[in-house]
Amino acid sequence: MSMRITVIAAVVAALSSPLAAKTIPVAAGADAQTRVQEALILAKPGDIVALGAGRFTLTDGLSLDVTNVTVRGNGAGNTILDFAGQLGAGEGLLVTSDDVVLRDFSVENTKGDGIKSKGADRIVYYNLRVEWTGGAKQSNGAYGIYPVESKDVLIDSVFVRGASDAGIYVGQSRNIVVRNSMVIENVAGIEIENCYDADVHDNLATRNTGGILVFDLPNLPQMGGHNVRVFENVVVDNMTPNFAPKGNIVANVPTGTGIMVMANRNVQIFDNMLGQNGTTNVMVVGYRFPQQDAKYDPVPRDVAIWGNQHEKAGWDPKFPGGEQIAKSLGGSIPQIFWDGAGGDSAKPYVGDLVPVLNLGLADVKAQPENAQPAIMQPWITSVEELPAIILPETMEAAVR
Amino acid sequence: MRLLLAALACGAVAAAAHGDTVMPVEPATKSYPTRLSEYGLFQTGTSKPNPALVAYTLNTPLFSDYAEKQRFIRLPAGKKIAIGPENGKLIFPDGTILVKNFGYPDSKGALKLLETRLLLRMNGDWVALPYVWRGDGSDADLKLAGARIPVDTVLADGRKVKISYAVPNKNQCKLCHGEAGAVVPIGPRLENITISSGYETLFPERLKSRYGSFDWRSDPRASLNDRARSYLDINCAHCHNPKGSASNSGLFLGRNVTSAIELGIGKRPVAAGRGAGDLTFVIEPGHPERSILLQRMKSVEPGIAMPELGRATVHAEGVALLESWINAMED
Repeated sequence: MSMRITVIAAVVAALSSPLAAKTIPVAAGADAQTRVQEALILAKPGDIVALGAGRFTLTDGLSLDVTNVTVRGNGAGNTILDFAGQLGAGEGLLVTSDDVVLRDFSVENTKGDGIKSKGADRIVYYNLRVEWTGGAKQSNGAYGIYPVESKDVLIDSVFVRGASDAGIYVGQSRNIVVRNSMVIENVAGIEIENCYDADVHDNLATRNTGGILVFDLPNLPQMGGHNVRVFENVVVDNMTPNFAPKGNIVANVPTGTGIMVMANRNVQIFDNMLGQNGTTNVMVVGYRFPQQDAKYDPVPRDVAIWGNQHEKAGWDPKFPGGEQIAKSLGGSIPQIFWDGAGGDSAKPYVGDLVPVLNLGLADVKAQPENAQPAIMQPWITSVEELPAIILPETMEAAVR
Repeated sequence: MRLLLAALACGAVAAAAHGDTVMPVEPATKSYPTRLSEYGLFQTGTSKPNPALVAYTLNTPLFSDYAEKQRFIRLPAGKKIAIGPENGKLIFPDGTILVKNFGYPDSKGALKLLETRLLLRMNGDWVALPYVWRGDGSDADLKLAGARIPVDTVLADGRKVKISYAVPNKNQCKLCHGEAGAVVPIGPRLENITISSGYETLFPERLKSRYGSFDWRSDPRASLNDRARSYLDINCAHCHNPKGSASNSGLFLGRNVTSAIELGIGKRPVAAGRGAGDLTFVIEPGHPERSILLQRMKSVEPGIAMPELGRATVHAEGVALLESWINAMED
């Protein structure tokens, strides 16, 4: 080894391992609950908790509240945290500290959510699998990967299957990247809710009820979701019948939805491959439930859609009145539809060369039965592409 | 380090006899005593409190699977409790230890302790630690990762309890006791605390006049609404407040909340998952059977049950209270 390389290696080592940082190995086997949890409590900032290969049989939720800790397994196929026998807690693993990296392990069959991080800034989820192994069932937990109230979130190369709400759910956060991930057989594949500044790209969402959702809901501490780019994803064949518990907001997502925007501002959907979604490929709608939140805007505004590749869609629309509308249009509805919320001033820009349906329900209080469906005339406007989300370099370094 | 701790621990035991308090903890290294006896809170080899512990009760306690609780405050010698600028918030001096014993009756009806939770006030912050009693009751051991203890017992009122009792881990302590990332006490607030007689001088003057102001179970002066709100305040609002673990829900159940939607009335669930089930609103006035809040209180299944921690049985009396409360709301 040349001198130069040695020096660089030493510098890299110094940069990546803070003083006295150590690796705490935890093997699978008896009393995994206590041993993993103790390691997560006793870890000091800079430490790595290294979960060994094998199946960890857990009886309760696990939690981490120490900043700058990496929890690393031996590979998503090798290190499995098994929560099938979980007796308590709302999730499998909960992170409440900043600068945490979770990578290379699996979480199976939690009773509630899979992995949740709350108020955990700069969290990295990398190369993880969260799965309810029985597939789509209403009795499965709600969210697979669930960061909330956090600044700087990276979700990269994860796999989520079976969530009875959203596979990947990012809530009330800002500066977010969700990429290179695969979500199948969830109600919602990926959901970005009440968030500011997010990039969702290079993901595969298939066999969900709805592939990718960008929602904004009222009566929450952070509202006014905006600046979300959804691009270069493959969102196909999201035809799993909706299996969410009926009270959940995603229970209203029509089976066969590709990408759905509800409320929000500045959402850009481009260069995706979309198809085989029975309701539609792209849906832009207002929040139509009664609400009196003066600070909340139920209308989606400044939504732009361009450069997407569309395959067949809309042959079996599962929203109220959808079947009749399809009939009136010759059997199916177009690959893109807007409910008309907000009227002309809120009209989405569509550059895709497919017909666009406007339901004409400008008033968000109007019911779908009163729709005045019409094919929208193409219109031209200038759209400034939102800037790419830049995450702190430490986060990108953690996944290299 | 162990030597230093041992020395500190000896100091604590010695000081305890004189009514002084020395915290046997080294905060900088987060090395905590592994045995409860190191604090000198109890008489050696027993769970009998030392005289320096001041017993207190709460008007409305947090429900914990019908466990019996004993609560004590250990103040440093010569120190008092103050009232903070926030209404009802008590300010404890550094060196305070809040002690809470949990147990169930044994076959002879005597209280058998399972665990003791400590809140240690150090350098202006609280640290929460769980200790699990040994089978012979001689001492309790620190269980940072929590524990599960099978409980099969008959309560004083004849009711049977057979559960896997959960001792929270250190992080779970903070989930309930957390406020904007810091640990805070839940029960001991001005309006909720009654201390044993003879120790009134440890407390602010104002406290005395407020003794026993409230008890959701039996206070004849309290209206149904007062009692329900008091119950929600203690059992739910430690998470369901804008700085708590459930801040993202937008459901806030503290006693001072006035917004109907924040209280859950007509509020749709946001991240309730299976907790929502087939129901649409957290609280539907006049319809407890259609209110998610009740549905979650009546479940013991993780992912549905609320509170998420520390409950393996349904609190029948609490459920009955809130059913009456929601029933009485106008449709």
